Amino acid sequence: MATAIRAHAARMVSRANSSHIGGAFSMADLLAVLYTDILKLRPTEPAWPERDRFILSKGHCCSAVYAALALRGFFPEKELESFGQDGSRLMAHISHKVPGVEFSTGSLGHGLPFGCGKALAAKRTQQAWRVFVMLSDGELDEGSNWEAILFAPHHRLDNLVAIVDYNQIQSLGSVADVLELAPLADKFRAFRWAVREVDGHDHHAIRAALSALPWEPGKPSCLIARTVKGKGVGFMENQLLWHYKAPDAAQLQQVLAELGCAP
Amino acid sequence: MRTAFIQELIRQARLNPKLFLVVGDLGFTVVEPFAKEFPDRFLNAGVAEQNMTGVAAGLASEGFQVFTYSIGNFPTLRCVEQIRNDICYHQLPVTATAVGGGLAYGNMGYSHHAVQDLAVMRTLPNLTVLSPADPGETNECVQFLSSHTGPAYLRLGKAGEKSLHDVRGIRRGPLAVRTAESSVALVATGSVLAVALRAAETLKREHDLEVAVYSCPLLKPTDTNFFKPLWRHRQLITLEEHIAAGGFGDSLRALKPETVFLNVLALPETESSLVGSQEYLRQRYGLTVQAVANIALSAGNAAERA
Repeated sequence: MATAIRAHAARMVSRANSSHIGGAFSMADLLAVLYTDILKLRPTEPAWPERDRFILSKGHCCSAVYAALALRGFFPEKELESFGQDGSRLMAHISHKVPGVEFSTGSLGHGLPFGCGKALAAKRTQQAWRVFVMLSDGELDEGSNWEAILFAPHHRLDNLVAIVDYNQIQSLGSVADVLELAPLADKFRAFRWAVREVDGHDHHAIRAALSALPWEPGKPSCLIARTVKGKGVGFMENQLLWHYKAPDAAQLQQVLAELGCAP
Repeated sequence: MRTAFIQELIRQARLNPKLFLVVGDLGFTVVEPFAKEFPDRFLNAGVAEQNMTGVAAGLASEGFQVFTYSIGNFPTLRCVEQIRNDICYHQLPVTATAVGGGLAYGNMGYSHHAVQDLAVMRTLPNLTVLSPADPGETNECVQFLSSHTGPAYLRLGKAGEKSLHDVRGIRRGPLAVRTAESSVALVATGSVLAVALRAAETLKREHDLEVAVYSCPLLKPTDTNFFKPLWRHRQLITLEEHIAAGGFGDSLRALKPETVFLNVLALPETESSLVGSQEYLRQRYGLTVQAVANIALSAGNAAERA
């Protein structure tokens, strides 16, 4: 599924002359495991009350989530071709008008507070479903996230999972140069989260971690996924340029070839 | 007004099992009775208004009818993007409640003067904006908001405001608090209605000039039809504890017929570096009985000449 997500995302971003393919590729493996093995969902009933709630806080990388949703059957894969086109509901920052999408984001630092509210609602009404929030590393610069990171353990939201796509590159440079987050795991631990670090491209490791939730009763879980921006395509990996650039026709062919996909 | 708010909210929470109150670590000696009676539907989110508002949106997305509560600009300007994106764009039933609208926290200083809030909130899509003048209007606002299906902003005064009238029907149009088939009408939003009423009494007593007085707690959604009762007056004088730009009087400019004249009494846009009681600051910035009377008298004379 991860390869299919990347191939779809590449075609979508290329066709729409859009951006953020690097961050879509870095979380593709995480999404593949989530949408295949972890999230309890009913594609034919997107509002199924007992579903797990997945929130993409790094909303600019929505191409990969739209692809995952289409691959799971929430809407036809064919619709992905309309991504970013005039009149499409598949806007280039994730939209709750799309079946399977819980929450629109785009401005950073909104997903985790909203996820806290959902997780609290589940606790207060004794519901078993869980909330997963996918964060970028760059958006952890936002103070609103740290308000939520303080909030979740205080309210014992062990039904909340934050996944950090820790690809080490943000808009104008490396995280280390712009605003260093390290030691990130220690920061979450100090805020009283249960923390695990994982290779964000190792499906087995991701699956093992997310199959054992909550890791500590009474604590929210933070999965810090070490990832590579542009993962899967040699000329994109770890390149800041692919935060912005859309692959042209020739580059798209190269991407699909590297992924082992038909054009 | 805050006491009326919490008492009505408690009454509504007894009727509506989904009603939820989230506070930003403010409301000492106000919110405790709610917290005690409904511990499962109360949350103190701490001093973190962005998260408070995001959490409120999350709760509302799962079926709760949420009120956030803080003072001054904290539940609005501090987290305006959470209101815009998380609440309004998703059309969630969250009411941001501010105690201390306008100059109610006068001596606390500029940080606590909520005088741009209406301008900002009015521009947000799907948002209902309410600014009651007294405890009775507050009750009606809370009753309405407790089953309102969309986003809202409730701008309250502070404490101890006297009851000014008992006219009801905030959603039908401006409330005719003092009726008169007069040339001049005073139209206020919020607790500054008290100044309008005193001005009307002064004009009657000292100048034998009768003026109608309206209170308008509902600021959005409105249209020209909503304000129709005002258009039969030749001259309107609006009062608000808010800067002129983007405020209540400003909103009437676009709606009024050309034949109706409008004077907007509002605060200057310059920031206040002075402190003082609400009454002192109203004097200082011209929201006074005298200012209203002067405009009304010159307008009245002009009408007579015409």
